[in-house]
Amino acid sequence: MPAAQLARLPPLRLHAWHGALIAAMIIFPAVVADAQGTTTGRSSVFEALVRWTPLLLGGFGFNILISFLAMAIGTVLGAFLGIGLISLAPPVRQLSWTLTQFFRNAPWLVLLFFTMFMLPFQFRIGGLVVPLPDWMKAVLGLALPVMANVGEIVRGAVQSIPSGQWEAAESLAFSRHQQVWSIILPQCVKRMLPPWMNLYAILTMSTVLASIVGVNEVMTLAGQVEAAEGGRTDLLAPLYGWILLWFFLYSYPIARLTLWLERRYHVEI
Amino acid sequence: MAGAALPRRNLRGSCAIPVPTTAPAWTQAQPIVKLDDVHKSFGHLEVLKGVSLELMKSDVICIIGPSGSGKSTLIRCINALTPFQRGSIQVMGIEVNDPHLDKRSLRRRVGMVFQQYNLFPHRTALQNVMMAPIQVLHQPRKEVEERARALMQKVRLEGKEHAYPGEMSGGQQQRVAIARSLAMNPEVMLFDEVTAALDPETVKEVLVTIKQLADEGMTCILVTHEMRFARDVADRIYFTDRGVIVEFGPPEEFFANPKDPRTRTFLGQVT
Repeated sequence: MPAAQLARLPPLRLHAWHGALIAAMIIFPAVVADAQGTTTGRSSVFEALVRWTPLLLGGFGFNILISFLAMAIGTVLGAFLGIGLISLAPPVRQLSWTLTQFFRNAPWLVLLFFTMFMLPFQFRIGGLVVPLPDWMKAVLGLALPVMANVGEIVRGAVQSIPSGQWEAAESLAFSRHQQVWSIILPQCVKRMLPPWMNLYAILTMSTVLASIVGVNEVMTLAGQVEAAEGGRTDLLAPLYGWILLWFFLYSYPIARLTLWLERRYHVEI
Repeated sequence: MAGAALPRRNLRGSCAIPVPTTAPAWTQAQPIVKLDDVHKSFGHLEVLKGVSLELMKSDVICIIGPSGSGKSTLIRCINALTPFQRGSIQVMGIEVNDPHLDKRSLRRRVGMVFQQYNLFPHRTALQNVMMAPIQVLHQPRKEVEERARALMQKVRLEGKEHAYPGEMSGGQQQRVAIARSLAMNPEVMLFDEVTAALDPETVKEVLVTIKQLADEGMTCILVTHEMRFARDVADRIYFTDRGVIVEFGPPEEFFANPKDPRTRTFLGQVT
């Protein structure tokens, strides 16, 4: 489709009735399951959901915590990697490139397993024994692909700055370091924000991968709830639908904000 | 001064010295800019085929010629934005083609203004003017701000100090770019087709600013398509075509009596 035509299309967004629809999609299987499955001695699906929600919410909070930490660590490391990718020193650039390509082109789950089994459960600093719990390893495992992606975001943003900016800075006798830090990078922040937030939304979804390596996040807990309820099949769809909804409610505003930022900065630059 | 007697090589290592010292081994009796047989190729394309010219302090020269004749490449070589293969360029005794050249010490002496202004869009006009003297020359902020405000006045932009580049017209942005360059107190100014991207009505305000600079004794090298302005402001006009200087001379003589047929053809087309 030509760009001009695409630009004329009305923007898609959620309205109140979408919310009702989504709620119905979650509730409908619950109602059906409830009607089919009620036998003596069992609580209804709704009762079960309500009962387990506090526990599950705690697990969901853990997912958010993992996403925050992985994003923070990944962003700091990725910023350095991005600077390395635009370095004028070939060895630095090549090393950064290799790291970026390696961690960007590996499945996140594989990286997660990798850190799980490669990192020790504790390490010593001097006489101090620092434990490294599984969830912390998961944070590090998820931070690696985030790092590589942030590195690419930084590099892409730097390369999108017109070459005239570098030339003007150079001809004013700024050092390379000053050119990067006080002229180029400040202009990149706006450009980096939307893809960075996008990456965060993807990371949040990926935190459930940690359940596979045994971290007590929301998916692990959902499995335990299901087992505690005696493996009743009528609970499956409502239970996972309920969790789906939380992730959606958390990520959708981020997606909206990203879109808004993209539109806002599109005209200014 | 002892410094004047020292061979240049001894002073090359002093790249971190913030405030420009007087150039070594150069006096005002010598050309401030001297090009000698400069050759430049992009791959197989030879853009400059042996260009030589000289400027004394306070000279104003205009380089004119058809597009693709190497005018912009020529002035970009002077502040080492574009490397060249053969020949020599000296700016106040600094050899630009020296592999150990301290580019920053060269660029503190040579200001440059671009066709696309290239202001820093995340900083206000005043901040654009102040950045380099503070960060590069490490001059005190207060002193720099005073000078920057005076420069904004000089380019007739008082009141626009806190405007961002995106909020200004092309002509205003270009005048901020000139002020930004002047804030470094350069000895030579390079103007690379600075009015080519402007609306006709804003061209004049930029040219008035440059004329004023030239009248104050600033050494200027201009690449321009504004023939009337070139005639008005220049001490000498250089006509380039296909990488060589075809002819040059004082504007009256150059425009009234061009000798080379290529010059005549070109002037016939543009005037």
